[in-house]
Amino acid sequence: MNDGILVLVVMTALAFDFTNGFHDTGNAMATSIATRALPPKVAVALSGVLNLVGAFLSLSVAATIASGLVNTHLVTLTVVFAGLVGGITWNLLTWFFGIPSSSSHALIGGVIGATIAAAGTHGVKWHGVVSKVIIPAGLSPVIAALIATVGTYLIYRLSRGVPDRARSHGFRLGQIGSASLVSLAHGTNDAQKTMGIITLALIANGTVDAGSEAPFWVILSCAIAISLGTYLGGWRVIRTLGKGLVEIDSPQGMAAESSSAATILLSSHFGYSLSTTHVATGSILGTGLGRKGAEVRWSVAGRMATAWLLTLPAAGLVGAGCYGIAQGIGGTPGVVIVFVLLVIASALLYLRARRTPVSQHNVNDEWDGATATDDTGERVAA
Amino acid sequence: MDSWIDLDALWKIVGIGLLAGAGLPALFAVGLRAVSLPGRAGGAPAAGEAGGDRVIGTNPLGIAAGAACFAAVLAAIGWGIYSVVAGT
Repeated sequence: MNDGILVLVVMTALAFDFTNGFHDTGNAMATSIATRALPPKVAVALSGVLNLVGAFLSLSVAATIASGLVNTHLVTLTVVFAGLVGGITWNLLTWFFGIPSSSSHALIGGVIGATIAAAGTHGVKWHGVVSKVIIPAGLSPVIAALIATVGTYLIYRLSRGVPDRARSHGFRLGQIGSASLVSLAHGTNDAQKTMGIITLALIANGTVDAGSEAPFWVILSCAIAISLGTYLGGWRVIRTLGKGLVEIDSPQGMAAESSSAATILLSSHFGYSLSTTHVATGSILGTGLGRKGAEVRWSVAGRMATAWLLTLPAAGLVGAGCYGIAQGIGGTPGVVIVFVLLVIASALLYLRARRTPVSQHNVNDEWDGATATDDTGERVAA
Repeated sequence: MDSWIDLDALWKIVGIGLLAGAGLPALFAVGLRAVSLPGRAGGAPAAGEAGGDRVIGTNPLGIAAGAACFAAVLAAIGWGIYSVVAGT
């Protein structure tokens, strides 16, 4: 029982939820923003509201991310805390570079890393990690890409001969609908993960009984944190997804989002908690493949794939390191010091990002072959 | 092998995913095409605008068929969300 640490853990978890929100806005809204179906600010506001609704559409018990992956009786508050710090750090770094990487994997990696540091490798249920995280992570973008390729092909084939204005008008409307579905799915999926983590912390602290459901204040605060984050808009990631991978037209956007929404909702129905980011990226790639003459920038895709491979181990290392520091100093002071370090690191990254800002004003600029930070001088000059 | 990949769920996800994720947008495209169909010669807009500015065509049958397509898409989405929310 340590209520001081518990408060810090809850704050960190909500902070993670917040980064989760702005990191993933692009999954739902990038293509709608890129095709100008929605003005950028309206898009992120709509997505924020739908995330809020989605979080309350609570499907199952808040999917306890940790329960199937690590031995819960080994999990202490410090482990949860260190795992969250690992997740946030990776989320902020990838946001800074404008790389859409999985928030779920960042969180899972962080928790696994911290668990290994705390209890050794036997604390991790490797079978669960492979079958519930790694295999779905490999398959989901491929499935999403396949569905989006077929969808794009069919749409273009069937809508030949439709007058231009009807076509662009109609598909933009369709895009708004499908993007809304992705936002809703994101709320039901990702907000749940943080709810699960906070509940786990409450159980570890003995505040609530093992096996109890997330208390209402947890659901409410998680829903608000993720929708605020979404509303902030991760413009750097949105830019990469909307403009970097493929030049997208509104029929393609609708195909991509329909594929994402279907894949995410179906998978959560079957109990796979997969990464909305991987699915969205796969879908967008798929629309590039399904339309004749569309250019797919494989170098950008390759860079993302590299980041995906790194996500679990990198977040895990940070998680393990944070656990080491917190445990080395010991008790509440250790956790407080790591918390302060996290705040400092986040602030530095934020200030550095201000030098090459991406906002709702330049998010749709022509793609110049670089993600958010490679072209420091040129972007400012332009 | 089965304990690593649930093949049954995988095929369902791919199959239903194709139906919902690719089929519904395709139906939407069909609806759009139907709705924007030009009417018989007399009812069509001025020749200069052919293939141009109209969003809704002038063929009542087309409009009705299109509306039916859109309704089917909406119904499928509603049913899908309901069954996912209720089923888990």
